[in-house]
Amino acid sequence: MTLLGSAAAVSAFAGPAGAPSGPAAEPKCYSAVVNEWICKDYFVDRQDELIAATREHLVITIFAVLLGLVLAIPLALLARRSARVEGAVLAFCTGVYTIPSLALFPLIVPFTGLSRTTVIIGLAFYSLTILVRNTTEGLRGVPDDVIESATGLGYSRRRMLLRIELPLALPVIMAGLRIATVSTVALTTVGALVAYGGLGNLLYNGVTTDFRAQVLAASLICVAIAVLLDGLLLLVQKGLTPWTRGAGRTA
Amino acid sequence: MNLFADTWAYLTDGSHWTGDGGLLDLLLEQLLLTIVALLIALVIGLPIALWLGHLGRGGFLAINISGVGRAIPTFAVLALLVLCEPIGYDTFGPFGRAGLATLIALALFALPPIVTNTYVGVDEVPRDIREAADGMGMRGWQKFARVELPLAMPLITSGIRLALVQVWATATIAALVAGPGLGNVITAGFFNGDYPRGLAGAIVVAAVALMLELVSAWAQRAVQSRARPDTRGVTSRDTEGGNDEASTDPGPVTHGDTGDGGRVVRR
Repeated sequence: MTLLGSAAAVSAFAGPAGAPSGPAAEPKCYSAVVNEWICKDYFVDRQDELIAATREHLVITIFAVLLGLVLAIPLALLARRSARVEGAVLAFCTGVYTIPSLALFPLIVPFTGLSRTTVIIGLAFYSLTILVRNTTEGLRGVPDDVIESATGLGYSRRRMLLRIELPLALPVIMAGLRIATVSTVALTTVGALVAYGGLGNLLYNGVTTDFRAQVLAASLICVAIAVLLDGLLLLVQKGLTPWTRGAGRTA
Repeated sequence: MNLFADTWAYLTDGSHWTGDGGLLDLLLEQLLLTIVALLIALVIGLPIALWLGHLGRGGFLAINISGVGRAIPTFAVLALLVLCEPIGYDTFGPFGRAGLATLIALALFALPPIVTNTYVGVDEVPRDIREAADGMGMRGWQKFARVELPLAMPLITSGIRLALVQVWATATIAALVAGPGLGNVITAGFFNGDYPRGLAGAIVVAAVALMLELVSAWAQRAVQSRARPDTRGVTSRDTEGGNDEASTDPGPVTHGDTGDGGRVVRR
């Protein structure tokens, strides 16, 4: 009821977005006086701000996960050379994963300053820890007899990796990628510490100014991005590994 | 380079550690928050997850709660709670400013790893072992306490460790919503351009996090080595392999995730 009423009040102005509302106007539902959680006018009036923050959020998340992936695969390949190297790599990953994000970003700032790069590198570290684990796990899961057959067929080590091992490890690697992506979307918000947090900037600003509509909107968009990217990666995974679909039925 | 020297100077200055709102004060506040939140999550989460695992029901929920917990930003939940009318910013006993909001957020984010790992741990006890327990005439309660619980222990403890890491991290983020804890040193430093202070806070937070991780790893090993002699008789090779893998895996990937959840749900 109140939502409808205020929407009608706004359309009565019929002015362009951002037109100053006269003193006689009813306060908008997101104004400090009303401060409603759910406010349609907020989405309309602050559209540009929301889109910019969402875009920033996506850029940071995607670059961070890609950087993590690019670093994780060689690390995982290195790790399986020897048990000692694997132990060291996994210990490093556990250590990084243990450090809270709000403390990790400051540790990177001396090298990269208050920049987007700081947030991307920090988040890449977290993705890395998940991806290294799942890649080593996935490669270890490749059946020995498959590897023996490929060796018998004369596969070189490189071809074996690209044509046999990585494709067979792909479902586990993709599962890791999905987890890394979803966590990164959520953690990006903490980048607000160095003013590059995407939607996190809106969260921070919203908390300090007691702006409910903004905090709820930024939170919901964050979750929506995580769910969308997760679904997208699931589709990619199904497309890349068509053989896993049949496996479910026969099992 | 100057920054590192200044940070070192900040950390070695005793006056920054003592007194009201000093590093030690905030450290104790955050430790108290962490422990209390973890206890709340254990009291709520453990019985439910153990019960569901024993019945073998509710797996979809117990496993997917981890995915949900990952997708929701801790910062967003803290912000929403702080702006909620009855919870708000008020000081809450020894938990400091916005203490109640922080405590709720911490307990909420400690739940998923505890519930998922506990459920999977109990649910994955092999069928033949359960049948053997039935054959020996064990009742539901005995089977749970003497067979399922000991075999699930490694996964349960690694879930608690994951929760501990998560709670400490979230407690640090509470500073972003003007909440309690050591994160305040970081935010105060960064938002006021006092970078040595911010960096010093980050170093203390990270050091304590690593220490908590090491201590909990040690505690987990101690619990397991004590539990092992009792379970040796009933542990099949199959379970031992599975549990060992899980116990060396304190990372964010729980069993349900790598198998995409399907394996456990199908059972």
